[in-house]
Amino acid sequence: MDKMMVKNLDLYYGDFQALDDVNLAIPENQITAFIGPSGCGKSTMIKTLNRMNDLIEGCKIEGEVLLDGKSIQELDVNTLRKRVGMVFQKPNPFPMSVYDNIAYGPRTHGVRSKAKLDDIVEKSLMDAAIWDELKDRLKKSALGLSGGQQQRICIARALAIQPEVLLMDEPTSALDPISTAKIEELVSTLKKEYTIVIVTHNMQQAVRISDQTAFFLHGQIVEHGTTAQFFSIPQDKRTEDYITGRFG
Amino acid sequence: MRKGFDAQLEQLKNEMIVMGSLIETSIAMAIKALIEQNKEQAQKTIAFDEQINQKEKDIEALCLKLILQQQPVAKDLRTVSAALKMITDMERIGDQAADISEIALLLADSPYIKKLEHISLMAEETAKMVTNAVDAYVQRNLVKARNVIDADDIVDSYFDAVKDDLIGMISKDVRNGSQAMDLLMIAKYFERIGDHAVNIAEWVEFSITGVHRQSL
Repeated sequence: MDKMMVKNLDLYYGDFQALDDVNLAIPENQITAFIGPSGCGKSTMIKTLNRMNDLIEGCKIEGEVLLDGKSIQELDVNTLRKRVGMVFQKPNPFPMSVYDNIAYGPRTHGVRSKAKLDDIVEKSLMDAAIWDELKDRLKKSALGLSGGQQQRICIARALAIQPEVLLMDEPTSALDPISTAKIEELVSTLKKEYTIVIVTHNMQQAVRISDQTAFFLHGQIVEHGTTAQFFSIPQDKRTEDYITGRFG
Repeated sequence: MRKGFDAQLEQLKNEMIVMGSLIETSIAMAIKALIEQNKEQAQKTIAFDEQINQKEKDIEALCLKLILQQQPVAKDLRTVSAALKMITDMERIGDQAADISEIALLLADSPYIKKLEHISLMAEETAKMVTNAVDAYVQRNLVKARNVIDADDIVDSYFDAVKDDLIGMISKDVRNGSQAMDLLMIAKYFERIGDHAVNIAEWVEFSITGVHRQSL
């Protein structure tokens, strides 16, 4: 079943067209990877999925994005972002304790009970595979953690508001190989409960963790299919050239 | 882009051509030893197998290096993985040419009960199959690969002809039985070489299309 659908989507930053007639289905409980060279529109696309582009001046969007069959434009933006969470390239924990980082979202959404918040923090940190490392340091500042730990805090923070879809924009590009491996393993586990969309420059990462891959070029999707098929028998010459490193 | 990688892939293709020609040579040497009842030639063929084994190891090492260094995908991955599979069958063909020569040594001292007409044709056909399969790999020529697969029927029909001839020889005189058994073994080895050539061609087909027919 498709959790999200992108239909005939055009996106302009002023006069520049960043996305050109994008059509894409994002299946539920699967990991969809967006790949493509810098400036191809993949980050713009992922941000469009929870309306992060709304804030950008001069950004105009045509076409539609559906979440469970309903246009995201018709949803309240806070509700949308609660349902479609996001993790960014650079870990960006808030300058507060580990606990408060995770509790921030639920508190914003009105959860006040200490016991409930404790539960959420524990479950989120467990789901983000970092509970064992941090359970004794919940009151310490999140800024003192390693990059890999900070990124998992950000994932836990996104999970704390129980989203349905998790968007990840190059979540491991700033991390060392061990932290990267932990995040990849984590993402593979999370797909049981969440639908995940990940932008990555690391093609081996796309091969390792994703079920679906979409290749963006000049704002268009050149090819989209199951990852196994995509990296074994790409249908389009441009895809073949890109993934085999013979692009341009 | 990726000049070093392309150079390594080119090297792989060249090595495959070399291994293909070694096999062609070993089949030619084996049939020569057999037909001429030449013991020295048979010994040479048996020793020659070592060169094929070494080439298999060299190509295997090159493929593993390519995978490790370049992490190939798509067409490149198929080119490398097909080579890894092909060399196993190619190495087996070398073994069988040596096996044929072992029997040739045993047969060298007494005259043949019949002319080795079909066996010669089998040798010729299988050597051609191997060469064409390797050419198809290097040229990415699907038609050529499929022609190799089809050619197996020719080799099989020669095998049947050899078998029928030998049964006839045994019926005529049971004392022909011992040599007939040895010749049948040889024919069977050539028939197996044909099967290995088909396996090779199937991997060539995979390297081009991305689909292996046995997986369908």
